[in-house]
Amino acid sequence: MLAAGDNPNPLLPPGYDIFWSAVCFVLVGLLFWKFVLPIFQRVLDERTDKIEGGIARAEKAQQEAKETLEQYQAQLAEARAEAARIRDDARAEGDQIIEEMRTRAQEESARIVAQGQAQLDAQRAQIVAELRADLGRMSIDLASRVIGESLEDEARRRGTVDRFLDELDSVSAPASK
Amino acid sequence: MLAAVLAAGDGEGFHAPGIEEFYPGALLFEGTIFEINRIMLVRFVMVALLALFFILALRRAKLVPRGLQNVAEYFLDFVRLHIAEEILGKGAARRFLPILTTFFFMITALNLAGVIPLLNIAGTSLIGTPLVLAIVAWIVFNYAGIKAQGFGPYMKSNLLPSGVPLYMAPIIVPVEFVSTFILRPFALTVRLLANMMAGHLILVLFFSATNFMFVEAGSALLAPVGVLTLGAGFAFTLFEILVAVLQAYIFTLLAAVYIDLASHAEH
Repeated sequence: MLAAGDNPNPLLPPGYDIFWSAVCFVLVGLLFWKFVLPIFQRVLDERTDKIEGGIARAEKAQQEAKETLEQYQAQLAEARAEAARIRDDARAEGDQIIEEMRTRAQEESARIVAQGQAQLDAQRAQIVAELRADLGRMSIDLASRVIGESLEDEARRRGTVDRFLDELDSVSAPASK
Repeated sequence: MLAAVLAAGDGEGFHAPGIEEFYPGALLFEGTIFEINRIMLVRFVMVALLALFFILALRRAKLVPRGLQNVAEYFLDFVRLHIAEEILGKGAARRFLPILTTFFFMITALNLAGVIPLLNIAGTSLIGTPLVLAIVAWIVFNYAGIKAQGFGPYMKSNLLPSGVPLYMAPIIVPVEFVSTFILRPFALTVRLLANMMAGHLILVLFFSATNFMFVEAGSALLAPVGVLTLGAGFAFTLFEILVAVLQAYIFTLLAAVYIDLASHAEH
């Protein structure tokens, strides 16, 4: 065992201890300052970039999707409006066609009715004329037979018959109307 | 028991390890400032291993870390997040990260040499390294304070905190001066040095005692005691691994705290 006097004081550093400690410190310091930490920082920054870039890309994609959706919805609304417009047009056109046809049909029916009326009037006039002639002759025949002689005087005869028929007309006309 | 052991040893006896443990014979340049002994070699080996580890881990650093890079990033992140950013905040942390990281890994590496077979002594168990690191820490925190506040205000906020009446100055100023500018680096140095010296002495004590019980004592009666000392030595080896990292953490954390205190006028 060393004598007590030979024991160095552990708190008093020998020169070589300080020297080599400083050398080691400088080496380790340079290692971290110049090599380790720049790489570490670069990797960390790259990682941050990557994550932030990923988030930005996701946001962009979402934005694009939203825009596309809006575009589709706008197109859909436009198409709906178009369809509604076409339907309205068709309905209006249909209404117009129906209206036209109704008008035409009414005109046609009015024409037919008018034609029928005219025909009827003509027939009636014809029948009345015929009946009037027939009735005159038959009345004269009847009267001749009743009185047993034929009336000679044409003029008298015609006047009598006309007077009779006028009386007949004035009696029957209100009844026929 | 010790008496029995010493008695059994008869001639040579058992040598408890002493301070001479830390002053092994010179290997090169004896008597000069470049003297290299076993502890200096241990330091060189640990610095080389530290450099090798980080060069291998980060040589081809990838965005997605694999293997060693994961391990290296885990440790670097520990210093960055749990020491630098937690104490200093994000902005200042980036400025002081190189020095804090250097403190942490240099101390951890040199401390761990104490439990690595064949090296078996911490590079920090000699005062040089703790002292150099504490002086660097002292320079850095004073630089940070003077840069942040200017020399006058920095000295004033340290020596005569605001709110202290002027007539107290003759007492407060010397006390504050000693506490801030002398005791801080001294405490940093001694805390680390004493922990590593004590750890080394305990390990040497247990393992040399084990050797003595098994081999030199030449008595079967002492073998069970040897088993006991071997177990204790193993337990303290594990404990020394914890202490190695813990002391590096404490030193780095305190350096960060001193930088933070110096950077802000009020404290």
